[in-house]
Amino acid sequence: MSAATADPGNGTILRAHRVTKAFGGLVAVKEVDLEIPPTSIVSLIGPNGAGKTTFFNVIAGILDPTSGHVEFRGDRMIARPIRTWFEPVVWVTPSVVAGVISVLVYLATANADATALAVLAAIGLLIVMFLAAIVRPRWYLRLLATAGVFRSSRPNDMVKAGMGRTFQNIRLFANMTALENVQVGMHTKMRANAADALLSTPRARAEEKASQARAREFLGIVGLRGRAGELAKNLPYGDQRRLELARALASEPTLLLLDEPTAGMNPRETAQMTQLIDRLRRDLGISILLIEHDMKVVMGISDRIYVLDHGELISQGSPDAVRADPRVIEAYLGKPAS
Amino acid sequence: MRPDIVRVLQPIVIIAVSLVVVWLLLGGTQQFMNFLTLGAIYALIALGYTMVYGIIELINFAHGDLFMFGAFVAMWILTVPLGMTGAVDNPLQLTVILVVVMLPTMIVMGLLGTFIERFAYRPLRHAPRLAPLITAIGVSFILQNVIYSVFGPSPVNVPQVFPLTRFEFLGGRVSFLSLFMVAIAVFLMVLLQLFVGRTRLGRAMRSTAQDREAAELMGVDINQTIAITFFIAAALAGAGGTIQGLYFGSVQFNLGFFVGLKAFTAAVLGGIGNTTGAALGGFVIAFIEVFATQLGYSRWSEVAVFTVLILVLVFRPSGILGQQLGERA
Repeated sequence: MSAATADPGNGTILRAHRVTKAFGGLVAVKEVDLEIPPTSIVSLIGPNGAGKTTFFNVIAGILDPTSGHVEFRGDRMIARPIRTWFEPVVWVTPSVVAGVISVLVYLATANADATALAVLAAIGLLIVMFLAAIVRPRWYLRLLATAGVFRSSRPNDMVKAGMGRTFQNIRLFANMTALENVQVGMHTKMRANAADALLSTPRARAEEKASQARAREFLGIVGLRGRAGELAKNLPYGDQRRLELARALASEPTLLLLDEPTAGMNPRETAQMTQLIDRLRRDLGISILLIEHDMKVVMGISDRIYVLDHGELISQGSPDAVRADPRVIEAYLGKPAS
Repeated sequence: MRPDIVRVLQPIVIIAVSLVVVWLLLGGTQQFMNFLTLGAIYALIALGYTMVYGIIELINFAHGDLFMFGAFVAMWILTVPLGMTGAVDNPLQLTVILVVVMLPTMIVMGLLGTFIERFAYRPLRHAPRLAPLITAIGVSFILQNVIYSVFGPSPVNVPQVFPLTRFEFLGGRVSFLSLFMVAIAVFLMVLLQLFVGRTRLGRAMRSTAQDREAAELMGVDINQTIAITFFIAAALAGAGGTIQGLYFGSVQFNLGFFVGLKAFTAAVLGGIGNTTGAALGGFVIAFIEVFATQLGYSRWSEVAVFTVLILVLVFRPSGILGQQLGERA
């Protein structure tokens, strides 16, 4: 839960500091620095196999860097929860303590009733802790965080912290409608729990209704207003891409990570998508990290471009500067035959 | 407007027509009520198989034993804290008793289900699929042996709290008990459909079933979602167990095996991973069983059921309602 709320003073949304990621002997990403200012579009480009996706996964909190670190809104992220074995220990401990106390009570008073009560209390505590872990994982995690055993950038925590993303290969929930897909994106913004759902409380019904209206808004933003009721799998390819974008927007992210949003699109669709991304930044005031291997897509809309090749940052700067950089030209076109 | 009416009416008409056909085939009300009650029990258990499979692709072989466990919990609540021995004639009192038995049974079973998931299945979530399968068989043995050691090997009587009043209906006698049980089962199934179809957590369940990783990256808490799924599945098994105990009047420690196997067949028949299919499958299996009995081949009824399983696996492995909840994108 390290990816918490407060922005750092200078307002940087995300900062990667000398991030290196190695798989065994293969160094996929080597000492890369990257910074994403608020309401900006930053692009990460590079030829295929340059380490873009690995770096992306480190930033998204899915992989831990081998060295270096990533700060999201001022907090360091750690993908693997530390010492998971400790988790059961934490919720067993109170009952063990209560059990020990009950034995002491027995030794002190030799009163069977008092002891039975204490034993019951121990069992009760165990059940309460167990229920807390299931019913209110957030409280439970907070407890673990207080005990200093648990910090994570588990994907769902990252979403809560304000990071939304799309996928390189479309990963919609194919058998759900477009509207439902967007509603899943709003999951962390909704509060209805199991009891609300079973009792169909007014609060839950109102929330459900509001979420549908809101989901329609998001569909409108990406230009899918009329297709809310269609199953995701029945939408044409370009619309599926837009739907993915709407779903990511639904979590109301501060930072949106887009993994090759125009992959497989024809030139017209690509142009539309590029415009859409530009509009999102302006209208919603979010920051966007764009991963692309196609330079043309990012040139028009990026504030800043980072170029990766063979895992190393070979160039960075404004689109014009990057376009003119001989190393970038070399990486993309090969060495000129001199 | 018009297509809406058709959409609502179509299933109702189909269900009504097939019920009439079944009624005719079973030669009247008596066997028909047997079919309905049995179908309700199978459907409740099959739903559990199908939900768990849908979400983590595990065939939870312990599920039949959860059903058995539920039957024992209900029996225990009736006998010990409530001290029931015979029929209760006051309908109001009877209703209160049923609520006091069924609700805690479902809650206890739900907790047991999540407990099993947390300690037996979750640690194996990234293990090869054979590992949790074997674990499920192990859990099944544990549940059976817990009941065996507490209640012993012989059948235990469940107090018959329902008065044996019956009323004439279309040439057969119908007991209030079976009507009541079927009504409860149908109510639970409708509730489940609404929960899965229209609520935030239901959406989380469906999205997790379709693409767990993507759901997680969209902010769905996978662990919580899977725990809720196990809770619901086990609670439904508990409800099925309560019905079983009240309807058949006795429960035994090995009850879960055969009923579980048949419910599993029902889930496969309906298309595993599909909740509507599981409910449908439950009633189809019940029909086959009762029909075989009706024709005088009661000893062959189980053969018939499992023959159907084999035929389905050979000719339509995806089940009657084909498309699966857990279909990958």
